[in-house]
Amino acid sequence: MNIAKTTIVTCLYVLFIQSELIVASDDVSTTNVQIANNDVSDTASLQRGARNFFNHCAGCHSLKYMRYNQMAEDLDIEENQLIENLMFTQAATQDPITTSMLPSDGDRWFGKSPPDLSLIIRSRSADYVYNFLRGFTIDKYSPTGTDNQVLPGTSMPNILWLVKEQLSHEEFDQFALDIVNFLDYVAEPIQLKRKNIGVWVILFLLIFLIFSYLLYKDIWKEVH
Amino acid sequence: MADNQKKDQSIFTNTLLTWIDERFPLSSMIRDHATEYYASKNFNIWYIFGVLSTVVLVIQLFTGLFLTMSYKPSVQEAFDSVEYIMRSVEWGWLIRYMHSTGSSFFFIVVYLHMFRAMLYGSYKKPRELIWIIGMLIYFCLMAEAFFGYLLPWGNMSYWAAGVIVNLFTAIPVIGETLAEWIRGDYYISDITLNRFFAFHVIAIPIALIALVVAHILALHHVGSNNPDGIEIKDYKDEEGKPVDGVAFHPYHTSKDLVGITIFLIFYCAAIFFAPEMGGLFLEVDNFEPANPLQTPEHIVPAWYYTPYYAILRAVPNKLMGAIILVAAVLCFVLLPWLDKCKVKSIRYRGWQYKVGLYLFAISFLVLGYLGMKPSTGIYVILARLFTIIYFAFFLLMPFYTRFEKTKPVPNRVIYKK
Repeated sequence: MNIAKTTIVTCLYVLFIQSELIVASDDVSTTNVQIANNDVSDTASLQRGARNFFNHCAGCHSLKYMRYNQMAEDLDIEENQLIENLMFTQAATQDPITTSMLPSDGDRWFGKSPPDLSLIIRSRSADYVYNFLRGFTIDKYSPTGTDNQVLPGTSMPNILWLVKEQLSHEEFDQFALDIVNFLDYVAEPIQLKRKNIGVWVILFLLIFLIFSYLLYKDIWKEVH
Repeated sequence: MADNQKKDQSIFTNTLLTWIDERFPLSSMIRDHATEYYASKNFNIWYIFGVLSTVVLVIQLFTGLFLTMSYKPSVQEAFDSVEYIMRSVEWGWLIRYMHSTGSSFFFIVVYLHMFRAMLYGSYKKPRELIWIIGMLIYFCLMAEAFFGYLLPWGNMSYWAAGVIVNLFTAIPVIGETLAEWIRGDYYISDITLNRFFAFHVIAIPIALIALVVAHILALHHVGSNNPDGIEIKDYKDEEGKPVDGVAFHPYHTSKDLVGITIFLIFYCAAIFFAPEMGGLFLEVDNFEPANPLQTPEHIVPAWYYTPYYAILRAVPNKLMGAIILVAAVLCFVLLPWLDKCKVKSIRYRGWQYKVGLYLFAISFLVLGYLGMKPSTGIYVILARLFTIIYFAFFLLMPFYTRFEKTKPVPNRVIYKK
């Protein structure tokens, strides 16, 4: 049945390959947009990202679905390192990562309280956040003095401007990318283990397939 | 053969079995539905999807059970509890991905299962009731997926549920009241979430299981169709067993095991490597909690509804759109009576049905794609065109199938070793 095969192949094509195209075409169209292409298996980058996040972002943004100790365990960070370098609140290590800014204060100061970033990569994509962090431009009419190419009219000030002054162009891109990479990990902490387990599951099924096929052939050999 | 097996059995199992058989028809059930249920030996790949639907149903029931142990059906806690399952429950992420990926794979296998029936005329006499029960299963499945889709309380869950419930307001006079009755409130609220949860975990699953049992009982009563669309019961040997049939167990079970394994490879590949499937299985907007003040850019239902969503939007009038949407789903039920051709299998049917069926399949896929796109410009025009093709397949069927030039149907099934 050639028709049958063609239909199945077409269905799979539509399902697996076409879906990528649908997503790719929906990207924000702005100038200077770059693909983040971050790698969550790069622990050093995740550690740098955590450092950057807690020193520059955590004052306003929470990661309420993430716990400090879980993060430390996944990112190979010692407990004393965690407490001394990354925890700037009164939280205990098993607490979720919250911010000390009250939502009502956030609303008053910025018009809209800074959002929780636990799932920002899954709801907006790594590319979006990466280009947002790199996309600040000077706008003297805005209350914050800046605007953003990715999210025009954003109420977030360009808090990384000092970092940007101190670093070269490439170094700053890496700085932003490490934050994005860290947030990508936070959005789905299991993703690394998930893929590793997946390889073994598929391998098992492939071996099981050999035996189930041999069983089928053996049982069916008497059918004519 | 049967005598030898009896001798091999130990005295204990034999006495126990006799004890049970005197009180419950266990042996005869196993015979009727497995060891002496004969199905054609020439089943091809299309015949795996019925078994696969059952496999996915079982996966959904079990993973669903474990999800309900940690899920909280309230507006305050629903979204958080899903993230709690994803992060803090042991293997919770796997159970959740199995369930979310399972719902999409359920529709994939069910659509292919339905297409198989259309390829080989499995809806025709004497299998009309199997087809109708199957369609009821499909409707239940759509309801089940719809209720379940609200439960994560993501922003797309919220707005998509709003759009679907609002369809009922198109009904004149009682529409508004009906939509209010479904929601239990003036908007999608905590009350709605709670009752959708109740339907998702109690009412619809029970209906689904009952219908699946009825589907299989009806099938085993009349016997399975085959790719040649001929009745294997017409040719029996001296023992009364169809010559072209082989017992469901061990023959079809061993063959199905290979199919199930291949299916699991695809299913697990999706779970472990692409659980979001580029936004098709888990939508990006659903990683934000429901927010009545922030409408997603494009409100799109889950991919398995998008063909019907495209049909709905192709019609300029809301009431007409809703009517045509329902008609598009109900058309399937009439198939056994719309098709006037006596020959079942596409292998021996004329060009009219072949062209019709493939045009229909293409229009279903294209409408599915268009349902995900904004309804503007060329997309609307295409949606209208393919909606017409979709309905033409069903409504013109009594005419074009009457004049089909069919090929001679063989007496015995074609089986190549």
